[in-house]
This record gives sequence, structure tokens and C-alpha cells, in this order.
Amino acid sequence: MKGQLITGNGAAAWAARLAKVDYIPAYPITPQTEIIETIAEWVSDGSMRAKLVQLESEHSMMTAAGSASLAGARVFTATSSQGLLYAMEMLYNVSGWRAPLVLVNVSRALAAPVTLEPDHNDVLAARDSGFLQFHAETCQEVADLVLLAYRVAEDRRVMLPVLVNMDGFELSFTREKVVLPEQAQVDRFLPEYAPPHPFRATEPVAKASAVMEGFTYAYFRYHVHAASLAAEQVFREVSTEYQNIMGRPYGPVEGYMLDDAEYVLVMTNSFTALGKQAVRTLRQKGVKAGLLKLRMIRPFPVDEVADDLRGRKAVAVFDQNLAPGSGGILYPEVVSALYHERRRPDLILPVIGGLGGKQMTSREMESIFGEMRAARENGKKPKAIQLFREDELEKVNRILAAARGETRR
Amino acid sequence: MTSATRFRTLKDMPAEDYLTPGNTLCAGCGGVLAVRLFHKALGGNVVWVNAAGCMTLLLAYPYSPLKSNWLYTAFASAPAGAQGIRDALDLLIAKGRVPQSEDLKVVVVTGDGAAYDIGLQSTSGAIHRGLDFYYLCYDNEAYGNTGFQMSSSTPFGSASKTTPPTAESPLGNTTKKKDLFEIWRAHKPPYIATLSTSHGVDFLRKVEKGLSTRGPKLYLSMASCPTGWGYDPSLSIKVEKLAVATGVWPLKEAVDGVVKHTLVPRALTPVREYLITQERYSHLFHPSENEVAIAQIQASVNDYWKPVARSEGVEIRLPE
Repeated sequence: MKGQLITGNGAAAWAARLAKVDYIPAYPITPQTEIIETIAEWVSDGSMRAKLVQLESEHSMMTAAGSASLAGARVFTATSSQGLLYAMEMLYNVSGWRAPLVLVNVSRALAAPVTLEPDHNDVLAARDSGFLQFHAETCQEVADLVLLAYRVAEDRRVMLPVLVNMDGFELSFTREKVVLPEQAQVDRFLPEYAPPHPFRATEPVAKASAVMEGFTYAYFRYHVHAASLAAEQVFREVSTEYQNIMGRPYGPVEGYMLDDAEYVLVMTNSFTALGKQAVRTLRQKGVKAGLLKLRMIRPFPVDEVADDLRGRKAVAVFDQNLAPGSGGILYPEVVSALYHERRRPDLILPVIGGLGGKQMTSREMESIFGEMRAARENGKKPKAIQLFREDELEKVNRILAAARGETRR
Repeated sequence: MTSATRFRTLKDMPAEDYLTPGNTLCAGCGGVLAVRLFHKALGGNVVWVNAAGCMTLLLAYPYSPLKSNWLYTAFASAPAGAQGIRDALDLLIAKGRVPQSEDLKVVVVTGDGAAYDIGLQSTSGAIHRGLDFYYLCYDNEAYGNTGFQMSSSTPFGSASKTTPPTAESPLGNTTKKKDLFEIWRAHKPPYIATLSTSHGVDFLRKVEKGLSTRGPKLYLSMASCPTGWGYDPSLSIKVEKLAVATGVWPLKEAVDGVVKHTLVPRALTPVREYLITQERYSHLFHPSENEVAIAQIQASVNDYWKPVARSEGVEIRLPE
């Protein structure tokens, strides 16, 4: 298997092509657009036997994606940021419809102020929608997770849509070595979709009809919850099969230099590469540093997180997102996974960084470990760290001065 | 598009009902009657794609009065839901994974809130893409399901919960009804028609025309609303008949953009006779008659019909 240089967007498009998707409702938004452009070309030149239709909004795009899935098509779509929020009402609907489609979100921070650079407030706004969520660190993972996503989504124990996340720019426009599976391998892994009770003439069905009382509503919502929880085990099974065919292993989480680690950084997505670099540097200095990458955000792999973090001296959760008035979004999820552990870490440090793609230096990442140690030794309740460097503040002041027409001293 | 019709008199109405009796909607609902007649003309192989509104209550889990398929989408995007189903069926039939005999007619059914307001964008998109579907709007001229607040279909001078007539605002709603027929027509779909269940043969013939037409087929049906308009539920058909006779609700169609009125009254009944039947216009009559406002409404009806008389080549006697 030879690798080739492909962007994250290209990897997503290739995975959709290899999955033999039937239908791609689309709507352009940066930095996702290259995915639908690539697929549009393949559909146009006949190398993909599918239909791509450009809708007039992400809200309509997600509606068409869900309804086509209920009619029996294998559906792929992609969006980013504002687009995900514009489609938000339909995310909840589509998961309630139990439509097993795959949506790639290319993360981009949310307005205001408007920007193109990544953080995870967009994708984490969808955390309660009922979509499963798999987050990718590399372009290779993007391709593999999209293929895994279809098998998990279409499993009768699950029947839920999956959101595969990659960071805008860091992955979407960055060429990395990607090994694409052969079509025959994918066909062996992912059989044709057989929809349960699609809309048909001879056996009419009513879907998503109104419920009039709380008990029927609760009945359906508990089913969605149970299916989402079941997806963790399904993911493990499917992933084993995937590894047997493709040779690449994927768990709900991934440990890095974790075995004897005393200080562990918990992260997601592409900035994990920076975290791993900091861990390597600190190891050279004799610090027992390690990293836990969360690949599966929904369902939240509570037991795996607890297994990997129990008994550590300290843990820091790096949230590349901000819930104003609360803090990082993943922090409380990690904390609650550990609360009932007898040997829970002495300290769980909340860290916020990388907002709007704010670049992180290796020193900044390393400093998180220093903060963990210091906070543990000082024994007080840790204050949340919001990473922002002095030189960045200087830059802000400099551009403001320039805008005011002041000359630089 | 064929000119022969199987509907000559009301006796030709198909006996088969696909909307069976027993649902949770109001007695005398003109919208339910429109859905029932529409379904008779379409036949059974249908998937209804619904947006939030009164018709959403046709189905209360786990019951359905329909013998056909149903999907509730959301308020704003039923036409996009129709797009996904139409495309999926076409694809799966083309790929040989679904037999042609399983094909369905895809029908969007929404009220005027979705059609005129929140769903207009997705409707525009679907027509622009040439989607092969039917759109049935049951127009009861307000947000009926939430208790009758004004929509952009609400007529001038009528009362709604958000345009209540008061001493300071004696007219109630002061905006004019949006001309959705013309908005649809500007998109150049192959077929558009207005409907009233009070004119059943005209109604069935228009649905029949759509059967042989590919592309977007749009139907705007008056949906008399005893609850919101304020009249006895037994009078729904009479109220709609009056709406047609006064010229308030023109019966027309546009085939490839060419408008033709399917019923041209030789003399319009004065609009006052229609208004006075409904509680939503009672402030125009009590405590004293608002002659200026009624004359204004009559004038706007007359203004509509003057050019129609010319284009249809008939004389229409208009009330003062």
C-alpha cells in the first residue's frame, strides 16, 4: 500500500467515493468547499455513480441528506462552522429520524468576530444533537474514520448519523501522506446499504410523526441515547475488522507515551500533534509526560477515559473551544468520567487554547505540564488557564496603534 | 399535458379515500378537505413531506389516517425533504436497487406560514432546481396551529392574534396579502394552480393536469378555517364559495407561465357579503361599519379583476 500526498478535504472526498455513496447534498462554505468540488468533478466525469445536488442552504442540505437516507440512499455531506449552526435544527431531526448518514465537519471558529481559522465551538455545539462524533488528528484518520463511520452508523444496533471532524486549514488544506484502501478492500468491509422500512409504494411508512405526550417523546429519546451508547462497542468491533483488512488500528481514544506517565494532557484533533511534540521534549528532560487523544466524542468513552487517567498525578484538559461563562466544553466531561474513581488524579487542570486557530508554540504546550506540576504541589483549586502570549498581546496593540495612525516607537 | 379529463362532474370524484376519517384536526377544516381531495386525484402511491403546521397533527404517534407514506421535516425545509426523497428514489431505481413499481409521487404539504414566510427560501431553491414534485399549500391566511397569528398571507383589514384591532389600530392587519402565486410564477415552473374545495371538479382537474407534468407543480388551496376565521364549522364550503364569488379567491392556473382563470365570474358579489360571514372581520362592522376600509378592500379586488377581464376577453361586472 503506497501512500500519496492528499489534503484532509481530499481524503474525505476519497473516502466518500470509496464508500460508494449514492447521494451528496451540498452547500459551499470555507474551508469545506474543496470536498464537494472534488466530488462534483468525479460525479461529472462519471468516476462516481452518485448524484450531487447543491441546495440553497445548509439547513436544506441537511434536510435532503436525512430524507434521502430514509428513502434508502447512502448519503454523504460536509460543512463547516456557521453552516453547521445553520443546519443545527436538522441535526437533531436527522438523528431522531435514525438516518445513518455521514457528515464531515471541517472545523472553523464561529462568528462574531468572523474568521476562517479553526477551533471546536462549531462541532461541539452539535454534541447533544444525537450525531455520533469522531474527531481526526491526521488526513489518514479523516479517510479511515469516514469509512468506519458508515459501518457504525448503518449497524442495526446504532442507526444514527455520524459527524467526522477535521480541523480547517491544519488538515483541510494540508497535504499529508495518506494510504487509500483499494476499492475491493472497502467493498469487503462496507457492504451495500440495506435500509430498514424506506418510503415505498407497497409498504407505506410514516416517519417522524408528532408525539403528543411526554412518555412517547421520552421513549424515542431514550432509544437514541441507548443506540449512541451501544455505538462504542460497535466501533470497537468494526475497527478490529477494519484493522484486519487495512492494517490500521483505531480505538475510541489513543494513548501516547501513556504507560508510566504521571502527567497527562488530554486533547483532540490536529493540535494533538503539538501536544505529542511537547511530550517527547519533556520525556527527554526526564518528565514523565503523556497524552490521551479523544477520538470519539459521542458517545463519550467514559470507561476508557477513566482507565487511561486513573492513578495519574495530574491531568490537563486542553479545550480548543470556549463556553463563555463556563470554560472549556470537554473539561467537565473528563472530570465527570473520573469523579467516582478511587485513584483519581490529584488535579485536573482546565486549559483553553488555540481559539480561532491561534498558533501554539511548543513552549506553550510544554508550559501546560509545568502548570500541572505547580498546581498539584500548591494544592489549591486550580484556576483555568487561558493561553495567550505576551507577544500576541503586543501584536494586538501594534495593529490597533497602526489603525489609529500612530507611528511605532 | 393532456386536455382530456376524467373529471366532468362531482359524480366523477374517485370513491377511494386515502385519508381515512378520524384525526385530531378541527371540525370543518378546509385544509384537511383539500388534502383529502388532492389525494383522491393523485392516487395512493404518495409520500407526503410535511412542514410544521396544522397538518402535522394529522399523525399522532402511533396512528396515521393516511394510507400513504409520510415524513414530518421541520418548519422551513419541507421542499428540501422532498428533494432528498425524489433524488434517492430516482437514483435507486436507476441503479436497479428499487423496482419502478415502488416509485412514489412526492408531495410537500404546508400551511401558509411555511409557504409564504419561513419556507419560501427552500421552495425557491426546489423550483429553481426543477424538482419533480407537488406542493400543496393549504392557505388559511395565518399561523393557525399556534393560535392564529398573522402571516404574510393574512389579508388587509383582518384580525389576528398579533394584529388585534383596537381603537388606535381599527383595521387589525394593515399589510396586504403576499402574492405567492406570482412569486412562484416568477420561477417559471411548468404548472401552478389555485384551488378551492368548494369547486371540486376544478380542483380535481388541476391535480390531474399535474399528473402528466414533470417538474415543480404548485397548488395554492384556500383553506377555510372555522377556528381562526370565526364562523360555524358547517359553513366552510359556503365561505369558500363566497370567496370565489366575490373574487377574493380567484381560481386560476399557469401552464408554462401563461395565466388562465378557470372560473371568471360574470358579476362579482360585493366583498362585504364575504367579510360579514367571519369574526376576523367583525371589527369592520361593529360597533359601526367601517365603510372606508370595506371600500378599500373592494377596490383592491376590483383592481385585480379589471386587467383579468381584458386578458380573458370577458366583461365582469364589478361592485361599486
